[in-house]
Amino acid sequence: MTGQLTLSPIPTAGGAARPRLARWRERSILPGFGLSLGITLAYLGLIVILPLTALAIRPWELGLSGVWATLTEDRVAGALKLSFSLSAYAALLNAPLGVLVAWVLVRYEFPGRRLLDALVDLPFALPTAVAGIALTAIYAPNGPMGELAAKVGLKTAYSPLGIFIALVFIGLPFVVRALQPVMQDLDREVEEAAQTLGASAWQRSIHVILPTLAPALISGVTLAFARAVGEYGSVVFIAGNMPMKTEIAPLLIVIKLEQYDYAAAAAVGLAMVAISFGALILINTVQLFLARRGRR
Amino acid sequence: MTDTLLTRRGLIASGGLAAAGAAALPLLGGQALAAADPLTLLNVSYDPTRELYKDINAAYAAYWKGKTGQSITINQSHGGSGKQARSVIDGLQADVVTLALAADIDEISARAKLLPANWQSRLPNNSTPYTSTIVFLVRKGNPWKIRDWPDLVKPGVGVITANPKTSGGARWSYLAAWQYGLKNGGPAAAQAYVTKLFKNVPVLDTGARGSTTTFAQRRLGDVLLSWENEAYLTIDEFGPNFDIVYPSSSILAEPPVALVDKNVDRHKTRTLAEGYLNFLYSPVAQDIIGKHHFRPRNAQAAAKYASSFKQIPLVTIDDTFGGWKKAQATHFADGGVFDKIYKPS
Repeated sequence: MTGQLTLSPIPTAGGAARPRLARWRERSILPGFGLSLGITLAYLGLIVILPLTALAIRPWELGLSGVWATLTEDRVAGALKLSFSLSAYAALLNAPLGVLVAWVLVRYEFPGRRLLDALVDLPFALPTAVAGIALTAIYAPNGPMGELAAKVGLKTAYSPLGIFIALVFIGLPFVVRALQPVMQDLDREVEEAAQTLGASAWQRSIHVILPTLAPALISGVTLAFARAVGEYGSVVFIAGNMPMKTEIAPLLIVIKLEQYDYAAAAAVGLAMVAISFGALILINTVQLFLARRGRR
Repeated sequence: MTDTLLTRRGLIASGGLAAAGAAALPLLGGQALAAADPLTLLNVSYDPTRELYKDINAAYAAYWKGKTGQSITINQSHGGSGKQARSVIDGLQADVVTLALAADIDEISARAKLLPANWQSRLPNNSTPYTSTIVFLVRKGNPWKIRDWPDLVKPGVGVITANPKTSGGARWSYLAAWQYGLKNGGPAAAQAYVTKLFKNVPVLDTGARGSTTTFAQRRLGDVLLSWENEAYLTIDEFGPNFDIVYPSSSILAEPPVALVDKNVDRHKTRTLAEGYLNFLYSPVAQDIIGKHHFRPRNAQAAAKYASSFKQIPLVTIDDTFGGWKKAQATHFADGGVFDKIYKPS
């Protein structure tokens, strides 16, 4: 049993469980395993598991029916739907645009490239409230962009579109930064080989470049999505915060807390964690499937 | 194999210990913070009092130095009234709280038992050293001719106010609108009026300062439902781009103050904190209060600043709404009247 030989491929992130189990029994060759795993477990327990456990325990004060009633309430359901759908749209828009930005920054040499590259990080570095206030100032009806949009009959700030803009803004660096290293490592010879074999530019991008980028792209988009779902600071300024229309789930949690309704706030939080977790598992499965197919 | 297993068990034990340590941390934190020195006060207050307490703290520090020769430090914390109350419940070491409405201090008393339930009877005037009210702030020249409450529900008028669920000031505004409807047709008319009013609200900020910014800086909306002092402050800050309009009636807002007994006993600051709250009723502090456009209790100070406080009929929370507990439960609790306004029809 202990020394069973497995012929499965090298396990990837989120890979099959069997080879990993076999490895555990084998004893690691690297020294320091016990100590480092101990620290890892204690640290993760403290930073991740403990607060999540508290979150998971709290809502049940309301009872199952109470939690269900909280989550199916029009306002809560509306906020959850708004948060998750807009986050998904924003992440999806960032996918093609993120690829383009990363491509330009990696593949071309031009003056100001480094500056542009640094700018990509700005949504990371900026305090979210500052980002929110800046975006609102620009997209409010009296701001330069808001005025322009109003001319074509679009309402930007204080509408779902405003939330979408903020979520695109904070999501972009996740996609670009996930793609850049992979793009840098792209083997040009492979592309050239494809070209000599008669592949057109289109065929090269679809069949050669995109499959290599796919895992990084998916993980970047996932991170952008996850971040957008929980985003509070930059959104509350631009959203308008109208119940049923532009009220995001994190704001609803804050409102419930201000009403001392800790259990209901935790229920909404837990629902968000559950939905996010489900989405992450789904995306990981897709990624695994793509990785397997890529290897074949 | 045994070796690994042992290590694993050890690991799990140490992980568990760490987790237990973390659980105990908040308790220890409370003790550590309690070792504050007896010459420092923390006043936890609501949003629009920043400027007021800055001046009052300086005056009280000077007064205390003259009386005892000791130098004191007074720290301030500001934010939405509900949020501030929650912070105190969760362990913010406030010596005194000076919040937007009694319901928030009631919550501190009920949930954290940091002060007795009868706290409001311990100081004069229901523990409110000053009052205020809700007025309208309109754009210069009043282009929409907004004179009174009915003008707010005209089609096309944009009304700016904060979310009553999170903002103390917005709760007073909501109740001020309600009292108008109540006077003109009873409870059903009041609900219809307030519902119509909120249909004209394009943005709900979470705090009073937020809605002032939306109105004054983003130039959104045509009228702001504002604290009286905040309306004057906006004119001071943004120049004469605005006019203040007094409606035919409004509400008497009574922002109360209270000593947080458990905290002052822990910090040994009772004398200093009691002195601070009593000082708010002194002629010096009452004059500062009037200067900052809050309505002083002291007759002399009230007379001195009378020109900036137009006398209009003001209803009280106790007479018209049966006190804060009842108003809170009826209007602002989940499933209450305010939630019904936003039910999709």
